[in-house]
Amino acid sequence: MTATTVIQLYVFVLAAFVGYQVISRVPSLLHTPLMSATNAISGISLVGSLVAAGSGSSRISNILGCIAVTCAMINVVGGFVITDRMLKMFRRGGKAGDPT
Amino acid sequence: MNARELLIQAAYLAASVFFILGLRSLSNPDKARRGMQYAAVGMLLAILGTLVHENIVTYQWIAVGLILGTAIGIPLGLKVPMTAMPQQIAISHAFGAAAATLVGINEWVVRGFGAGIDRGTMVALGFETLFGALTVTGSLMAFGKLQEILPGKPITWPLQNATSGGFFLATIGMFAWLVVDPANPLAFWTMIGLALLIGVLLVLPIGGADMPVVVSLLNSYAGLAAAATGFAIGNNVLIIAGALNGASGLLLSVLMSKAMNRSFANVIFGAFGAETVAATSTSATGVSVRSVSPEDAAVQLAFASRVIIVPGYGLAVAQAQHVVQELAEQIEKRGGEVKYAIHPVAGRMPGHMNVLLAEANVPYEKLLDMEEINPQFEQCDVALVVGANDVVNPAARNDPASPIYGMPILNVDKARGVIVLKRSMNAGFAGIENALFYEPRTAMLFGDAKASLTRLVTEIKAL
Repeated sequence: MTATTVIQLYVFVLAAFVGYQVISRVPSLLHTPLMSATNAISGISLVGSLVAAGSGSSRISNILGCIAVTCAMINVVGGFVITDRMLKMFRRGGKAGDPT
Repeated sequence: MNARELLIQAAYLAASVFFILGLRSLSNPDKARRGMQYAAVGMLLAILGTLVHENIVTYQWIAVGLILGTAIGIPLGLKVPMTAMPQQIAISHAFGAAAATLVGINEWVVRGFGAGIDRGTMVALGFETLFGALTVTGSLMAFGKLQEILPGKPITWPLQNATSGGFFLATIGMFAWLVVDPANPLAFWTMIGLALLIGVLLVLPIGGADMPVVVSLLNSYAGLAAAATGFAIGNNVLIIAGALNGASGLLLSVLMSKAMNRSFANVIFGAFGAETVAATSTSATGVSVRSVSPEDAAVQLAFASRVIIVPGYGLAVAQAQHVVQELAEQIEKRGGEVKYAIHPVAGRMPGHMNVLLAEANVPYEKLLDMEEINPQFEQCDVALVVGANDVVNPAARNDPASPIYGMPILNVDKARGVIVLKRSMNAGFAGIENALFYEPRTAMLFGDAKASLTRLVTEIKAL
């Protein structure tokens, strides 16, 4: 096991711990937007896809990468748009015309 | 580290911070939207940072992918109805996981078909393609079930766990073989093929009511695939985002399992609902239900001072969210107080019912979760159950023989009066008889939920 791998493991474990802490505070009210948000963030595979699509090493890389970029981009764009649409709807009451 | 590398790493670090801040903002509904916009900015930074990567020499393929993905993603995101959110998220998982799998396959191909890969990297690549591939097919199956292309009932076959277990062991075997000999094409492609098959086998036997757990679990797998990609190509932002996602998905699936009082393993291997249909129909015989006319129900609601509405997925199926809000407004106009009781597994994914009601302009402070609302049922004059069944079944508390015994439920039976809107006396999604309907204080209002609610609104207005 190389030193880099060890550091990567540290990063992974600490990030998972932070994730657990942060997410256990999300109220069940927002669990659907939470899932759609993490879904959008998991489209981060895009970063790996971009490198493959733009590499000069082989045409296979370009093609596989291009498909991967498309898939990941659908994931990212769709995910963030939907999350925003949902969060926009959550609002407090007490607007004009409300008897309370 | 040269200037270019420094710039990339700075972009990735900023992206990671934005992701965490974005998720943290979700603990407050007022700040959540702004926070997630920061997370989107983080994603943009990660993309821009990657574009200056020294290994990127050609941009035409990237441009094609980015444009195509955006062109498909935006209309998909804007048009999907809120009721279809679970299947939308399932299909979105499939896309993200497909990207991770393809990156993994490409990495293996480019490095001399595995010849240039050391064992440590092969472990990461193996996890990446394994989790990626099974998330792709698993999510597609979940999508099919939620979209009702595939039957929602659990599909089972003889020796099911044995065959699935066998395939699972075979996959692990291939993985181990691949780590010993990374350049073995047979092991590599067989492992991916088996992982695709396992994704199908994992979701087939799971019923529609258990979908919230499965979708959360696939969410977690998609994250783990992304994290493994990070290990394989040495990229920290992938590891961090993947870990965040993996933790979130796992936490949600555990919460969902708890809300159904079932272990994780039981959801995955139990094929719930398959053989329980005839289990407890004893309470049904000899007792009759009391049905009520819309006029009487309207009077009861109009003069109630505390009303709790208990929505279930049936409400969304009938597209009745807006009418329910209209009814609540009418009751409030007459001085009554209306709250909504949201069971953790109401709907087809965690928190689904909240989104559907928020869409119908119900202010979120009226949407109360189970722990908050349960003590309030005793002071409530009318509990109005719309399209919910198993989550209000007192058998979960009283009847040890019931398949849902022990599941936390909404204490609707403690309310002073109960009105249940229901199409017919058919059993619920899980096929279990509900004793609540036979209680003396329960009145049944039969008919389509939307039509009944519309009728109630007109009746109350006419009073």
